[in-house]
Amino acid sequence: MDKLDELESQSIYIIREAYYHYKKLAVLWSIGKDSTTLVWLVRKAFFGEVPFPALHIDTSYKFPEMYKFRDAYSKKWGLELVMAQNKEALAGGMNCVKKLECCTALKTEALKMAIAEHGFEALLLGIRRDEHGIRAKERYFSPRDEDFKWNYQDQPPELWDQYKSQAEEKTHIRVHPLLGWTEVDIWRYLKREQVPITDLYFAKDGKRYRSIGCTTCCNPIESNAASIDDIIYELETTTTSERAGRAQDKEDTYTMQKLRALGYM
Amino acid sequence: MREDLKFVAVGHVDHGKSTLIGRLLYDTNSLPPDKMEEVRQMSEESEGVLEFAFVMDHLEEERKNRVTIDTAQIFFRTAKREYVIIDAPGHKQFLKNMITGATLAEAALLLVAAEEGLQEQTHRHAYILSLLGIEQLLVVINKMDLVDYSRERFEQIKKDITHRLGEFGLTPLLVIPIAAKPGDNVARRSEKMPWYAGKTLLEGLDMLQPAPSKEEGPLRFPVQDVYEREGEKILVGKMSSGILTRGQEVMFHPLGKRATVDYIKVFEGKREQAEAGRSIGLVLKDKSALQGLKRGQIACAVSPSPKVSNTITATIFWMNGEPLRKNEKLYLKCATQQVLCKVKKIRERLNSSTLEILEEDADLLHETEVGKLTIKTEESICMDPFEQVEEMGRFVLMRDTDTVAGGVVH
Repeated sequence: MDKLDELESQSIYIIREAYYHYKKLAVLWSIGKDSTTLVWLVRKAFFGEVPFPALHIDTSYKFPEMYKFRDAYSKKWGLELVMAQNKEALAGGMNCVKKLECCTALKTEALKMAIAEHGFEALLLGIRRDEHGIRAKERYFSPRDEDFKWNYQDQPPELWDQYKSQAEEKTHIRVHPLLGWTEVDIWRYLKREQVPITDLYFAKDGKRYRSIGCTTCCNPIESNAASIDDIIYELETTTTSERAGRAQDKEDTYTMQKLRALGYM
Repeated sequence: MREDLKFVAVGHVDHGKSTLIGRLLYDTNSLPPDKMEEVRQMSEESEGVLEFAFVMDHLEEERKNRVTIDTAQIFFRTAKREYVIIDAPGHKQFLKNMITGATLAEAALLLVAAEEGLQEQTHRHAYILSLLGIEQLLVVINKMDLVDYSRERFEQIKKDITHRLGEFGLTPLLVIPIAAKPGDNVARRSEKMPWYAGKTLLEGLDMLQPAPSKEEGPLRFPVQDVYEREGEKILVGKMSSGILTRGQEVMFHPLGKRATVDYIKVFEGKREQAEAGRSIGLVLKDKSALQGLKRGQIACAVSPSPKVSNTITATIFWMNGEPLRKNEKLYLKCATQQVLCKVKKIRERLNSSTLEILEEDADLLHETEVGKLTIKTEESICMDPFEQVEEMGRFVLMRDTDTVAGGVVH
């Protein structure tokens, strides 16, 4: 087995563990490359029939291409799509200037509402350790309390392939099947498996998005990488970090830690 | 594609693990400019020195108190391959996080600070590595700048650590004198230590071997779940050891049922074979054989067969503040098996740093202590000695919903 085979098998094992232990499960699908890889792996784990919903947190500020991609592939792959939106916050008017506040209202709070409404016990998320130093500290199975708090100072031990198989009451479990993948692993895998992906990632007029989210907080990078091969080559030679174009990481040194402690993805 | 290798950095608190990792990333050009800028900015806010430890220590509490709390992983590459470094906290209080990190590693890097020599966690971490079966080991004697790059000091510590590791059955591949902060013998050869003609740390890392494939071992396929597709029952799971082949005859343990493999199912279709590490679906020829086959049954080679028993002799490390009580009811999880069990006897209670036997036939086992136990399970389970099939010879103990210990069977 090569490295991609090993990563794929480990992720499928984790997805199947999550499904065995937590029947009220959903996969969080932001339409980006990581969560689309995750949805692909979920399809493979269940031989093409996804037995739980895909949850899309819609801030209403996503790129039009993302909405189009979501609708086309949720239909093609037969996904049960569940949408979550913090309508109250949007009606009250959001300004995306205060990142901590905006991400918390439109993403974290919207997720809380979806969990309350659908009673999810566990969520599959496509975060990776190499994205951010805080995410490097995550476990594969990570409990969150009622208030969504991540107790990063006292995380449960996680030995070998033995994951947290029972949750305390009033918690939900975040499951991270892609934790051990790097950005370039994702692209090598998308290429090998010919997974469809939104074309926001490919360069047009000397610019491309390396990481996507809301239009308001994503800046494209200078790049001429117009194909997956170009992107893989670019990543093998660059030293710039992946989330360099994501504004919410920049506000102050510990914004990401604060966001995640409050339950941000 | 280049191969990759995962190693864990361990050692006593303050012996410089996070600083060394920061230095390695810096010297191999693995730090993004914005990360470098972040580190510079952080260092200015605190004291003004370039602080490499900040690369790994990301939590606000870690940076302010200058101590690693949790394990983290970071990626870098050399001309030879890609590396995953697992940074493990050196403080006794965070031992469970060190163990969490170490169970994922193929090799270890043990740091000893030259001015302090071997300390409590140096011994403890080395012993834990030996328990976990991590035999590939590099030792670095760090902070050589604080002992005037003294050859005598280096030779003394080298002798101490080599002797100690020998007692655990470990032989370091190399012992390297370094100074992580100024960067001596990390990526570049030091001019301050002309008496050392050996390899730099980076050269040493490139000598490590990836963990050998488990394909050579006996067939062990733990059933994870049973799915039904188009009227067909599929036993899904990840191969622990050996190779499974279409048409092969297997024995399911602990049930003790014989069956024949019809085919191996994956998303793309059917496979002729599946090797250790692969997630697959298994479809049996004789549908009546499916009775009783569910999660926790292990498809095994007819020979050599695993041990099926309700009495286990094991060594465990206790990781919970609330001590283990003799005869306490716990869950034991091994591969996909989960059974209720009782610790019938704590034959020996050990200090995991000094290895001193604190008590024989004890009633309690405390956090960070190692115990030699006899465990009785409510139902028979199927295991192999850890030395023969790692995946089937290691287990965790759970109290309610918490993992409280890890262990290996002999």
